[in-house]
Amino acid sequence: MHPITVEYLRWIVLLPLGGAAFLGITNRRLPTVVVSLVASLTVLGSFLLSAQAFFALRALPTAGRLLTDRVYSWMPVGDLRIDVSFMVDPLTAVMILFVTGVAFLIHIYSIGYMKGDRGYQRYFAYLNLFVGMMLILVLSDNLPLLFVGWEGVGLCSYLLIGFWFEDLANSAAGKKAFLVNRIGDFGFLLGMLLIARTLAGKVGGENLFSFAVMAQHTSLLAPVATAIGLLLFMGATGKSAQIPLFVWLPDAMAGPTPVSALIHAATMVTAGVYMVARMNFLYVLTPTAMAVVAVIGALTALVAATIAVTQDDIKKVLAYSTVSQLGYMFLACGVGAFGAGIFHVMTHAFFKALLFMGAGSVIHALHHQQDMRYMGGLRSKMPVTFVTMFAAMLAISGVFPFAGFFSKDEILYNTFLDSKVLWAIGYAVAGLTAFYMTRLLALTFFGKSRVDEEHVHEVHESPLSMTIPLMVLGVLSLIGGWIGWPHFLGGSNRFETWLAPVFRHGMEGEAMAHGAENAVHASAAAHAALAHGAETAVHAGGSTELALAVASLALALLGIAVGFVVYLRRLDVAEAARRAAGGRLYWLLKGKYFVDEIYEALIVRPGYWLSDIVFFRFTDAGLIDGVLVNGTARSLGILGSVLRLLQNGMLRWYAYSFTLGVLVILFYLVRHL
Amino acid sequence: METIANHLLSWVIFLPLAGIVPLLALPRGADRSAKSVAAVILLLDFLLSLKLLAGFVPGGGFQFVEDHLWVERFGIHYSLGIDGISLWLVMLTTFLGPILIISTWNAITTRVREFMVSMLFLQTAMLGTFCATDMVLFYVFWEAMLIPMALIIGIWGGKRKLYAAVKFFLYTFAGSALMLVAILYMYSQGAGSFSWFAFRDLHLTGTQAAWLFGAFTLAFAIKVPIFPLHTWLPDAHVEAPTAGSVVLAGVLLKMGTYGLIRFAIPFFPSAAAQFAPLLSTLAVIGIIYGALVAMVQKDVKKLVAYSSVSHLGFVVLGLFAMSTESMAGAMFVMLSHGLSTGSLFLLVGFIYERRHTRLISDFGGIARVMPLYAAAFMFATLASVGLPGLSGFVGEFLVLLGTFKSVTLHHATLFTVLAATGVIFGALYMLWMYQRVFLGDCENPKNQGLKDLGLREVLILVPIFFFILWMGVQPKPWLKSMEPALEALIEQQQQALSASGGSEALRWVEITPATSLEEVQR
Amino acid sequence: MFDASVGLNHYLLLSVLLFVIGVAGVIFRRNAIIMFMSIELMLTSVNLTILAYSRYLGDHTGHVLVLFVFAVAAAEAAVGLAILVELFRKRDTVDVDRFRQLME
Repeated sequence: MHPITVEYLRWIVLLPLGGAAFLGITNRRLPTVVVSLVASLTVLGSFLLSAQAFFALRALPTAGRLLTDRVYSWMPVGDLRIDVSFMVDPLTAVMILFVTGVAFLIHIYSIGYMKGDRGYQRYFAYLNLFVGMMLILVLSDNLPLLFVGWEGVGLCSYLLIGFWFEDLANSAAGKKAFLVNRIGDFGFLLGMLLIARTLAGKVGGENLFSFAVMAQHTSLLAPVATAIGLLLFMGATGKSAQIPLFVWLPDAMAGPTPVSALIHAATMVTAGVYMVARMNFLYVLTPTAMAVVAVIGALTALVAATIAVTQDDIKKVLAYSTVSQLGYMFLACGVGAFGAGIFHVMTHAFFKALLFMGAGSVIHALHHQQDMRYMGGLRSKMPVTFVTMFAAMLAISGVFPFAGFFSKDEILYNTFLDSKVLWAIGYAVAGLTAFYMTRLLALTFFGKSRVDEEHVHEVHESPLSMTIPLMVLGVLSLIGGWIGWPHFLGGSNRFETWLAPVFRHGMEGEAMAHGAENAVHASAAAHAALAHGAETAVHAGGSTELALAVASLALALLGIAVGFVVYLRRLDVAEAARRAAGGRLYWLLKGKYFVDEIYEALIVRPGYWLSDIVFFRFTDAGLIDGVLVNGTARSLGILGSVLRLLQNGMLRWYAYSFTLGVLVILFYLVRHL
Repeated sequence: METIANHLLSWVIFLPLAGIVPLLALPRGADRSAKSVAAVILLLDFLLSLKLLAGFVPGGGFQFVEDHLWVERFGIHYSLGIDGISLWLVMLTTFLGPILIISTWNAITTRVREFMVSMLFLQTAMLGTFCATDMVLFYVFWEAMLIPMALIIGIWGGKRKLYAAVKFFLYTFAGSALMLVAILYMYSQGAGSFSWFAFRDLHLTGTQAAWLFGAFTLAFAIKVPIFPLHTWLPDAHVEAPTAGSVVLAGVLLKMGTYGLIRFAIPFFPSAAAQFAPLLSTLAVIGIIYGALVAMVQKDVKKLVAYSSVSHLGFVVLGLFAMSTESMAGAMFVMLSHGLSTGSLFLLVGFIYERRHTRLISDFGGIARVMPLYAAAFMFATLASVGLPGLSGFVGEFLVLLGTFKSVTLHHATLFTVLAATGVIFGALYMLWMYQRVFLGDCENPKNQGLKDLGLREVLILVPIFFFILWMGVQPKPWLKSMEPALEALIEQQQQALSASGGSEALRWVEITPATSLEEVQR
Repeated sequence: MFDASVGLNHYLLLSVLLFVIGVAGVIFRRNAIIMFMSIELMLTSVNLTILAYSRYLGDHTGHVLVLFVFAVAAAEAAVGLAILVELFRKRDTVDVDRFRQLME
């Protein structure tokens, strides 16, 4: 099957990159209108091209859905061939559509949010650069190019978190994000190297990093699949803020709120999930790595959700909520439900971007007040923000028929099939999620106003440029999940069918890995499953799935009810919960399990001490330079000063020693000649 | 024009030296004209060297060859030639030349004419070192390089300039003295001439090869510098004037790695394989150690100097992994480091001219007052930390990849894993420094009046940044033109090793020459 | 009168004597002028030796050499005394033990 070459794929990337370059070079010389237009229209252009690619792909037969655009040969050395080459398959199509779509909305929103900021143009240059890099990441047809996008979005994240760099805390947060990501990238890089070593010279002049080539040679990769899988996942834990590298994401909230919405909720942080899903053919070869992915995902979901319950900063709550939801996505990938993971990536992008933008709208109205203890009662003053955020809250809590219900339900169902323990964790997190989101909403929009006296009268709804994106995303939070309407509810789950060709390798490989059948059989079975869609599964698991869905819906509603009751009527219950277990539990959660402090004490400080005292002062200045280098010089100097005693400047001493020397020589000559 | 075409290399090498004559004819005190004359000459030299690039045929062995008998009795020739390995180093040198001169516009105010003479002399010596294919000629250029550099540090340097200059001179001189002995010994062993080819094809016993390899490598290791021979570097960098630091980081350090790849490895292939684990270990230590020590520095320039130790570690690792990818990566890191670290030193120099301090603690928040400068510094920082899409990544990635799949190097996996931590540490020290210098609130009143980059400074940086970006986005032309030379080298290496018993190379055994003289000359 | 009995050995003996006196003068005296004179004495003794051998061997090269030495010694004496005079003007002494500037 020859993929179809379409040259406009590169323009999806080049438009925002060109916009970024233009805005960057002409920095602070353009009128605001031009900046806004350039920034938004380039992203809109990318969105339209992505839509074109999507429709072109849909017109193709299921098995041949692949568009490519090979731009040029990037790093050709020896038998290594790395290309700058883009591709669109069903998975990429989903990613580019929602990335460009959400990015466009956030650009529009930012026009209002960033109005009057002195770094207006710089902001949009960064934002465009980010969109370009994110698109490289998802459009790339090979790992090194994906890595370009991967690091590129990391850079933009760094730049945008520290956007208001005058406050050192912001830039420190940006640096932390970059460095923690780099730790992950270290693993990612080694994973790539391991792939290169395994496949080198065995793929016949192809780009061995290309996903297609790797997928063809899974049998070669199988012996090291666990190592590769874990190393690549290490990269994902950095980028997607999973245990143990999740510490950067909450700090990343120092950036402007639209940035949090775009980068730290909707797109960049899901890159890890995308990567794991993209490498599904490899992960299914290794139950160990899959198990690690699933367990880490579930644990992260739980840990982050418990922290989110206690935070007072509205953006921090959302940040931990994001970490928690990302955990869900990895949980899905870990149990082999890559499609469900990507589905949740997409629905999450809608409702989490909306939540952040809604929070941004509130923060904007309250003159950069982010503490929920000083909010409350904003419902009537900011109706659009309130209604849309309410929709998003229902979506994230998994209330039928909002978007989150479908994706979360699919994840929980698939987890249930794989492991009851992980399912139990996921189920508990669903309840916690509903509770803390309700808490957020209750503290912000309901009850009595606790806003500062000065500002209370100035609170107003945000301008249209900000509320229109909210409304669009509000609608998407409602209907965005309907494309994955499950079979047991009478739908056809078109989302999963659409993605199925991408994860076909996965099914085959998983069958192989489990060794259930011989490989030929398994492959045939997988194809059969593909051909029939998932209908067979419907009959087998429909009733279980329905039961699980009802259970999680009930839990979500319970969580919401408890949240409203506690934070609107019975604050004393919240107070009692705080004091429970001697306040220890609250202390632990409020302190975010003190992970930052532990890292500081165990890694950062000893590392600095080692570098400064042991390496620099002792080894470098002391041992090498002091003893060896200058020591050599000094001992020569000492030798010199000893010899110098002979040269005492006394003329008669010289004459005497001279005479003595002559006599000695004479004596020697006389004796021996 | 005919003579220029026939002696293009000589012209490129000696044009800067010839430029000293008009400089000396200038009246005393004509500082501006001295700078202009030097800049014009080096610019002409760069344009002339573009003809080398245009006429270069990848895979054509040594090209633009010139050969004249110099001292008949000892078989010393004046012979020059460049291949895919030296071509880009020559280009890097000629490219940085005019930039360096322009960077001194305000920085050098005393003895301007003498400074320019030193720079021009240095340029000739560096170019000659890269082009010489006769060992005596090479040695002459190699030592000639020391004098102007020591003068540049010792006369136009900072507070401890004499200490740094003497340390630099003695350190490097001690190493090259050993190399001279090795050269003479090889000549006495029947090379018959001092030609590079004759030396390469010389039959040596394993013990001889090991000792000679040691002598050559020590000389080059000091220049690189390889841990633990690096302590002259921070002192030299800190004390040298900006242009001196740039040329030191940009070109002079590459002399060491160039020497390894041009002489030490092809002359003694089995000894190189035998010592590869040792040198790779030192290289990896250098990568991590350099980065960690860079992290705790208080002086920006010293930080960048230690970062050089770290970067050059990648080069050495790549060279001794001896796979096509790793060697190409090593060459690429050499070029990329020349540009990125060169630009970092230039940038540090710009701020030093304004504030007369380089201590990190004296700054903070200057991104607000100097946004353009901050952006430029960010770019150079990112190039230095190896952000994909910029030149640094390509080289480091290829080195790591080539090392990881190296068949000759033992424990390649361990070396690669350790070297890859440089990815983390590199970002750590650069971004931390950036944060402390540029970000936060600009509290120090002395920094509030700082002027942003002027046109001249921007014009210096733009061409460097342009190439950093180009080499990162499209490294193919560079890689393709150096690849044949590297593959020939590796092939020779492998033949030597298989002749000496394949992986049994650890034993000291006799080496047979790989390629005949005529074959390469053709 | 004693012509016949004075042979080569006598000349050599005399010149050894002169030389030893000269050496002793250089080593034991601190006065630069006396040291200078002692050096001249040693030169003289060498000249005497050369002349004696020259005569003994019947080769006139020795005579030429001695004339040469005279010329050089004269020049040396001129320069040396000039230096001494200059030193005396600066330091009011010709005691060599007090000239140790090279040491410091």
